[in-house]
Amino acid sequence: MIAMEENKEIFVRLERCMGCRSCEMACAIEHSDSKNLYTAIAEKPVPVRLLYVEKAEGRNVPMICRHCEDAPCVAVCRTGALVQNSLTGVVERIEENCMGCWMCAMICPYGVVGRKTGVRMAVKCDRCKDRDIPACVQACPTGALVYATQREFMEMMRKEAAARIAREARALARA
Amino acid sequence: MTNDIRSKSMDPACQEMLRACEKSGLETAWDRLEKQQPQCGFGELGVCCRNCNMGPCRIDPFGEGASEGVCGATADIIVARNLLRSIAAGAAAHSDHGRDVAHAFKLIVEGKAPSYGIKDQEKLDRLMKEYGVDSPALLAAAILAEFGKQDGPIQFTRRVPPQRLELWKKLGIDPRGVDREIVECMHRTHIGVDNDYVNLILHGLRTSISDGWGGSMIATELQDVIFGTPKPIFSEANMGVLDPEKVNIIVHGHEPLLSEMIVAAASDPEMIELARNEGAKGINLAGICCTANEALMRQGVPIAGNFLSQELIMATGAVEAMVVDVQCIMPALGPLASCFHTKLISTSPKAKFPGAVHMEFHEDTAQETAKEIVRTAVKNFRNRDPSKVQIPDIKTQCMAGFSVEAIVSALGGSLDPLIEAIKNGSIRGIGAVVGCNNPKITQDFGHIGMVRELIKNNVLVLTTGCNAQACAKAGLLQPEAAEKAGEGLKAVCQALGVPPVLHMGSCVDISRILVAAAALANALGVDISDLPAAGAAPEWMSEKAVSIGAYVVSSGVFTVLGTIPPVLGSKAVADLLTSGAKDVVGACFAVEPDPVKAAGLMIEHIDSQRRKLGLA
Repeated sequence: MIAMEENKEIFVRLERCMGCRSCEMACAIEHSDSKNLYTAIAEKPVPVRLLYVEKAEGRNVPMICRHCEDAPCVAVCRTGALVQNSLTGVVERIEENCMGCWMCAMICPYGVVGRKTGVRMAVKCDRCKDRDIPACVQACPTGALVYATQREFMEMMRKEAAARIAREARALARA
Repeated sequence: MTNDIRSKSMDPACQEMLRACEKSGLETAWDRLEKQQPQCGFGELGVCCRNCNMGPCRIDPFGEGASEGVCGATADIIVARNLLRSIAAGAAAHSDHGRDVAHAFKLIVEGKAPSYGIKDQEKLDRLMKEYGVDSPALLAAAILAEFGKQDGPIQFTRRVPPQRLELWKKLGIDPRGVDREIVECMHRTHIGVDNDYVNLILHGLRTSISDGWGGSMIATELQDVIFGTPKPIFSEANMGVLDPEKVNIIVHGHEPLLSEMIVAAASDPEMIELARNEGAKGINLAGICCTANEALMRQGVPIAGNFLSQELIMATGAVEAMVVDVQCIMPALGPLASCFHTKLISTSPKAKFPGAVHMEFHEDTAQETAKEIVRTAVKNFRNRDPSKVQIPDIKTQCMAGFSVEAIVSALGGSLDPLIEAIKNGSIRGIGAVVGCNNPKITQDFGHIGMVRELIKNNVLVLTTGCNAQACAKAGLLQPEAAEKAGEGLKAVCQALGVPPVLHMGSCVDISRILVAAAALANALGVDISDLPAAGAAPEWMSEKAVSIGAYVVSSGVFTVLGTIPPVLGSKAVADLLTSGAKDVVGACFAVEPDPVKAAGLMIEHIDSQRRKLGLA
C-alpha cells in the first residue's frame, strides 16, 4: 500500500479538547439513516458514535481510529470485512463480510472498534466517506480536531511553536 | 452571493444593507450564527443540565452513554427543568416590564412623576371598577400588590371564561402571584426539588398565566391609561423612513415609558431649532422592536425595522443615536456603533452595554433626561460621515393601532358583527401570529409566508411584535391588503376599511389578543379552547416567546412554533407538549418550520373547531 503524502488525517490537539462530546454526537448523526439530530435519536437501530472522548490522567482525550499503516485490524480480519484503501489509506468496512469474531477489537491498540446496536457486528470510523470534512472535525467548536495532511498539521504546529518561542524570547530580552 | 443574501432576509432593505455590510466587512447576527455552526446537539435537545456543580451533566440521546445526570435526573427531568427556567425568564421579563409601568403609575398618581399624566381616564375608571377601588392611588397599590401576592388571585385572570377558570383551579394552575410563581420556578429547578416532569410543566403553565393574564396585561392596561389606548393610525415602515437630511433618532427596546418621552422631546421647538443650527432639517424619530410598536400604536412613529434589522439600521450610517432600554437589544450594537458616528445610548439601570453611553432614565426626571438624550443626538449630526451613509429607499405604508377597544369601535360598538362574520363563514377563524425574528429562518419569510396563506384562506390575523413589523414592511397592514385575502375576509375588511392583518401592539400586548379571545368566547358562551382560533410564533427565539407560547396554550389556543424548541431530548415532554396537553388544557403545540404547512395546520384546526361548534 502506498500512503500518499497528500492524504489527510484527523489530528488531535489535546490541549484544546473541552470534553463537550460534540464530535461524538456529530459522528452518531452522520452514521444514522436520516443524518438529522431530531430524527436520528428515534431511529432503530440506534445510531452509534465511532469515536470516543475519554477522560484520562485528568485530560480529555478524543480517541479516534488512526487508520494505521498496515493496520493490524485489517491483518487479523479473517473474512475481508476490513480492507485498507490503497489510495486513501482509510480502513474501510464491508459490512456483509463481518461475522463478529472481534479479532479486530482485540488487536486494536486504541480500543476504537465499536459494535452496531443490537447485532454482532463491528463498526469503526470510516472517516465519513460521504463528506469532504469528517463530521467530528466539523463539529469541534475549539479546533481540537484538525483534518489536514501530516505536513500541513506539522506546519501549523511548528508555526504556533515558533510564535510561542518568539514571544518568550521577546519577553526575556525585555527582562 | 445574491442567493445567500436572499436566504438571510426577504426584506429588500435588509438585503441591500446585508450586501453593504458584506462589502465593508461588518459582521451581523447571520455571520455569527454561521460561526456557531454546528450548534451543540445536547443544547438543541435540551438534555444539558448546569443547575448544580456536580455537573455539568448531559444525557446521551443515543442511549450508549449516560442516561442520568449525577443526581439521577433523566432526560425527562432535565428537559422539563430547562423548559421551566426558560418560562421563568420570559415571564420575568414581561412582568418586570409590567412592574415598571405599575410603579410609574403609582408615582404619577402621587404626583412624583411630573413628566407623565393620565391620557385614558375612561380606562382608568374601568380598571378601578374591576378592582373594586375608588381612587387611582388604591388602584396603583392593588396592581402593584399583584406582584407580591401569595394566595392570589391575580385580578385580570378573572377575565377568562368561567369554564377556563374552573379548569385552571382544578389543575392547580391558577396563579397565586406574579413574583411567587417565577421564584418557585427557580426553587423547583434547584438540585433535588421537583423531579416530576408533569408537575414541573404544570407549574410552567401557572407561571406563564401569571405573565399573560398578569404582568403583560398589567403593562398593557396601565400603558393605555398613562399614554392613551391606541386607535387606528397610519404610518410607514422600513429603513426608508430614515431621513438623510434630518437628525435620525432610533428608539429600540420595549418600554414606552422611555420612548414616549423621547417623542415629546424630539418635537420640542427648542430641540428642532437646535437641530437646524446644527445643519439638519429637523429631527426624525423611528423605532425598532416593541418600542417601535408602542410608539407606532399611539404616536404614529414609523418603524425602522424588526429584531434582525437592528444592526442593519445602524449600518446605514445615518443614525445619530440609537436609544435603548431593555430586551432584544443585541450587545453587538456597541462595537458596531464604533464603526460609525452613531451613539448607542443605554437608559435602563438594568441594561448596560459595552460601547454605549449610559444616560439613566428615571420617572421623576424623565423629561429632562429625554431632552438631554435628544440634544446629544442632535449635536452628533455634524459628526455624520456622508460617505458612509446608505439608506435603502424602501418603505411601506401601514395601518396600526388596533387595541381591543379600537376593534370594537371599528365594528360599531360590539363584537357582534365579527361573531356574525365568523358564524356565516366569511371569516373562517382567527389566527394570532406573533413572535421574534431568528436568523435560523429567512428574516420575515416565516411570518409573511404564514400570514399570506392565512388571509388567503379567510383567516383574520391578529398580530403583535416582530411579526407585526414584518407584516408592516410587506404591506399587509394596509387596508388595500384586503385584496390579498379570500373573498369572505376581503369583503369584511373592505366594508370596515381595515387591513386583513390587525396590528395590536407590542409583545406584552399579546394580552390584548387574550382579552379579545376571552370576549369572543364569553359572547359565544364557550371556552377559549372552543374558538375557531389558532396561534403561531413562526420565527421565535426569545425566552419571552416560550412564556407566551405556554400562556397561549394554557388559555386554550393551539399554537404552532416555527423553530424547534429544545425539548426533543425527552420524548415524554415532547409528547406532552404536542399532544397530551390537549387533554389537560384543551390545546397543545405543534412544530412546523415551513410557514405554509404551518398555516395549513392552523386552518385544519380552525375547521375542526368550526365543525365542533356546528358552523359550516
